[in-house]
Amino acid sequence: MTTEFRTATDPVISVRNLHKWYSGVHALRGVSLDFARNEAVGLVGDNGAGKSTLISILSGLNQPDEGELFVDGRPVRMRGPRDAMDLGIETIYQYNSMVPSMSIARNLFIGREPLKASLFGIGVLDEARMRAESVAAIADVDLHLRSPDALVGELSGGQRQGVAIARAMHFKSKVLILDEPTNHLSVKETNKVIGFVRSLAAQGVTGIFISHNMHHVFACCDRVVAMAHGRVVLDKPIGETSIEEVHEVL
Amino acid sequence: MRRLLKTFLQKPELAAALLLVLLVVLFQWQSNGVFLSQANLRGVLGLLPEMALVAVGVTLLMICGEFDLSVGSVFALMPMSMAVLMTQGWPFLPAMAAGLLVCALIGLLNGWVTIRFAIPSFIVTLGMLFMARSLTVVISGGFPPRLDMARIPEEIFIGFVGPGGILRASFLWFLGIAILVSLLLSRTNFGNWVRATGGFLPAAQAMGIPTARVKIACFMICSILAGFAGMIQVLRVGSPLPSMGEGLELAAVAAAVIGGTALTGGIGSILGGVIGATLIRVIDNGLVLSRVDSNWFKFAIGALTILAVVGNAWLRKRGRAMKVEG
Ligand SMILES: Nc1ncnc2c1ncn2[C@@H]1O[C@H](COP(=O)(O)OP(=O)(O)OP(=O)(O)O)[C@@H](O)[C@H]1O
Ligand SMILES: [Mg+2]
Repeated sequence: MTTEFRTATDPVISVRNLHKWYSGVHALRGVSLDFARNEAVGLVGDNGAGKSTLISILSGLNQPDEGELFVDGRPVRMRGPRDAMDLGIETIYQYNSMVPSMSIARNLFIGREPLKASLFGIGVLDEARMRAESVAAIADVDLHLRSPDALVGELSGGQRQGVAIARAMHFKSKVLILDEPTNHLSVKETNKVIGFVRSLAAQGVTGIFISHNMHHVFACCDRVVAMAHGRVVLDKPIGETSIEEVHEVL
Repeated sequence: MRRLLKTFLQKPELAAALLLVLLVVLFQWQSNGVFLSQANLRGVLGLLPEMALVAVGVTLLMICGEFDLSVGSVFALMPMSMAVLMTQGWPFLPAMAAGLLVCALIGLLNGWVTIRFAIPSFIVTLGMLFMARSLTVVISGGFPPRLDMARIPEEIFIGFVGPGGILRASFLWFLGIAILVSLLLSRTNFGNWVRATGGFLPAAQAMGIPTARVKIACFMICSILAGFAGMIQVLRVGSPLPSMGEGLELAAVAAAVIGGTALTGGIGSILGGVIGATLIRVIDNGLVLSRVDSNWFKFAIGALTILAVVGNAWLRKRGRAMKVEG
C-alpha cells in the first residue's frame, strides 16, 4: 500500500482522469494532477478552460462524473463542501464566498459556528468567542478593520478578500485554494495577496492559486499548471519554464 | 454616540417603529383619548395575535429568501381539519395535533417542490393557496361545523388575563412564540444559516450549509404558525368559516415589508414583522375610531407599504454613509 511508504514528498492531493460534463459541455476532459505538500501551484488558462470546475471538485462543491480523487494517498468521495473542509481543504471562491448582508464575525463562522450549548446540531451561538476570534483572525492576516460587527457588504473588494483569507487561515487548512483572488484589487492589495501565497509553505499549507496574470503566478508559485479546453497542457516547475512558454500553449 | 446612532439607523424596523409611535399619538389625540383606553386596547390586542403570528412566520421565510402565499388558506384549513375531526369524535388535543401536522406537511410540500424543481416559491405557494382553500371547503362539506366548546380548554388560548382582563391568552402565546422565533433567528447557528441562505445562496452553499433543509424548515415553521393562528381565531369566533383568512397572505407580506424585511432575502427581523402587523391593526382600529370611511383602510395599508420600503431604504443609506471614527 502506498500509505505505508508515504514521505514528505508524497502528494497531499492527487486527481486521476477527472471528467466533468455540464449538460453537454465537456468542462474537464481527463485531468490528472498531483499537488505536493507545502507547494504553491499556479493554475492558469483561458476563460472557460475548466479551472473553476477543477477546484469546485477539489472543494467538494461539485462531484466528478468520472475519475478519482486522493487526499493524503487515500481515495475520497466528497459529498459537499463540508467534507472538503473536514479534510483540511479551504477555498476562497472566485465569486466571493461572503454574505454581504451579514457581519464579518458572522461570515467568518458560517456553517462552523462555535456554540455554547446545542441539541441535535442546533444551538446557541457563542457570540463573544466569534467576535474575539474574528478580531484575532483578521489581525493574523495583517488586515486592519474597524469592528467585527461591520457588514461585509460595506467593505472594499480587497478587504473582503482579506476576510476570506482570514477565514481560510483561521480554520488552519492543509490546502488553500484561491480562485482569482487578485481580481479587481489595487496593486498594493494584489502584492499583499501574492506575499501571502508565498508565505503559505512556511505555514505548512499547500496553495493552489488561480490567476490570469502570469506575472502574479511567477511571483509567488513553485510550479505552474496550464489548462486549455478541459485538459492540462503544461505542468512545470517555475524555474524550468517562462511566461512566454506558458502563453504559447494557451 | 455617532456609532450608536449609525447602528440605530441601520436597523430595518426603525422606520416602522417610529411610525407606530407617531400614529398612536395621532389616534389618541384624534379620538379624544379613546384609543389608549382599556376597552379599546383590549380589542386591538385581542385581535393582534392572529395576524401577527402569521407575519412572524412569513417574515422568517422571507429572510430565508422565500415566499409563502398559502398562509391565508392554511389559516383556514388547520381549524377546519380540527373541527371536522372533532365532529367525528376525536378529542381536542389529537385533533389539534393532526391539524398542525397537516400544516407541517403543506410547508414540507411547499419547500420540497420549490427546491426540487427550482421553481419560484411565489408560484408554488400560489398553487397551494388555491389547493388548501379548496380542501378547506371540501372537507367542511359545505356546512361549517360548530365547535363543541365544552370539549375544548379554550381558556388556555383565548381566555382574558392580566389586570382588568386587558389581554387574551392568545397574546401571551403570540409573545412567547415571537420571542422564541426571534431568538432562533438571532442567537442560534440555525438563524445564521437562515440569514446566509437568504442573503447570498451561493456563499451559503459553498460554506457547506444544508440550504435545502434550512429552507424547508422555514416553510414548515411558517405553515405551522399560520395554522396555529387560524385555530386561535376559530376558538375566538366559535366556528370555522371556509372563507376565513382570505387576503391574509398579502397582509402578512405587507407587515413583513413594512417592518423592514427585504424582498430579496437576508435582511429583516422578527420584531420588524411584529411591528408591521401591529401597525396594520392600529391603523384599522384608529381609522374606525376617527370615523374615517373604513374603505380607506386598504388604501392606507398600501400607501404605508410603499412608504415604509422607501423610508427604510433611505434610512439605511443614511446610516451606511455615516462616518464613524476609530
Ligand atoms: N454551472 C455550470 N453550468 C453549465 N456550464 C458550466 C457551469 N460552470 C462552468 N460551465 C462551463 O464549463 C466550462 C469551464 O468553466 P470554468 O468556470 O471551469 O472555467 P474557468 O477556467 O474557471 O474560466 P474563468 O477564467 O472565466 O473563470 C465553460 O465552458 C463553462 O461554460
Ligand atoms: Mg473561473
